[in-house]
Amino acid sequence: MASALILAATAGVVAVLLALRLWVVLHSRVVVPRESLSLMAVVGSGGHTTEILRLLEHLSSAYSPRHYIIADTDEMSAQKISSFELYRADRDPSTMFPKYYIHRIPRSREVQQSWLSTVLSTLYASWLSFPLTYRVKPDLVLCNGPGTCVPICVSALLLGILGIKKVIIVYVESICRVEHLSLSGKILFHLSDYFIVQWPTLKEKYPKSVYLGRIV
Amino acid sequence: MCVVLASSRCSPPRPFCRETCLSGEREFSCGFSSVLLLTAPDVRLVVGPSSEEKQSKPGRYKDSLKEDLEKADLVISHAGAGSCLETLEKRKPLVVVVNEKLMNNHQLELAKQLHKDGHLFYCTCSTLPGLLQSVDLSTVKYFPPGHPEKFSAFLDKVVGLQK
Repeated sequence: MASALILAATAGVVAVLLALRLWVVLHSRVVVPRESLSLMAVVGSGGHTTEILRLLEHLSSAYSPRHYIIADTDEMSAQKISSFELYRADRDPSTMFPKYYIHRIPRSREVQQSWLSTVLSTLYASWLSFPLTYRVKPDLVLCNGPGTCVPICVSALLLGILGIKKVIIVYVESICRVEHLSLSGKILFHLSDYFIVQWPTLKEKYPKSVYLGRIV
Repeated sequence: MCVVLASSRCSPPRPFCRETCLSGEREFSCGFSSVLLLTAPDVRLVVGPSSEEKQSKPGRYKDSLKEDLEKADLVISHAGAGSCLETLEKRKPLVVVVNEKLMNNHQLELAKQLHKDGHLFYCTCSTLPGLLQSVDLSTVKYFPPGHPEKFSAFLDKVVGLQK
């Protein structure tokens, strides 16, 4: 009886500490001046890939190295990323060898996959995401909505909660989302440092979001 | 030429795409000389008249649709963001076919908004033939480009990158 109470009390204290750490991490917006930073970009498929590569196209070469996370079944995005990096290298003569890496994790959800199996596949993806995120320790995570991004962002948050590294999480909602956020968006609205929307309707509904107009 | 864009992941199944091409050829009043159907991961080429069909060997999905879009007089596409943006930026008239099976149907939101802004026409699989009969492509409005440079300026500021 006593040991059960002690266990429950310990679990409670740990939970409170974790919640406090999460609050501190989410509200820490200290801008650290720097000359370069490593970027982890979560690349979904189809339109998600097109949009995120458009965002990355205009980023300076200070965002290096670039780590691309794709779903293990997504060969098309791997090809698009390689083409994109070649294009960047051609455009920027100072880059001899582009510093980028492609990492693969299981897809969190396939189109029309049931919700129950989505929870299981997301948990499985999360289990594999944390070691990857821990190994890379990016300065910045950038994503735009595919289910693949939730495990990665949660892993990045965990790095902050555990005091390993504060990772800046930037979420850009897809241009497709005009009036309603995606499921990933609804989750990451509360967990990201900067949440960017591309239509004024969403800015009205979510005043804490950032609206820069259409950016893709 | 009419170009039909479809994604094997999000679009209606392939028999529909083939049917669309054939119904498109029947319904177009101006008579397109050829219809090009692009689906990932293969490319299938359908050349008019409708009784003749050529099929290329399955190969890699075209990295860019630019060449085929240049030749198009009309594009029929699923409502994916990538396909819509590429087509509208090429200033091609666009009809999007919305996939009713997608979760929450986010594609319909984009199609509706872009239609409201006068940039494209949208329909479902069943209403496509009717739309093609009645559509007036000359009413389409110019689609201005996006501004990704605003995103990079914002990001540089918040991550502390020095100039």
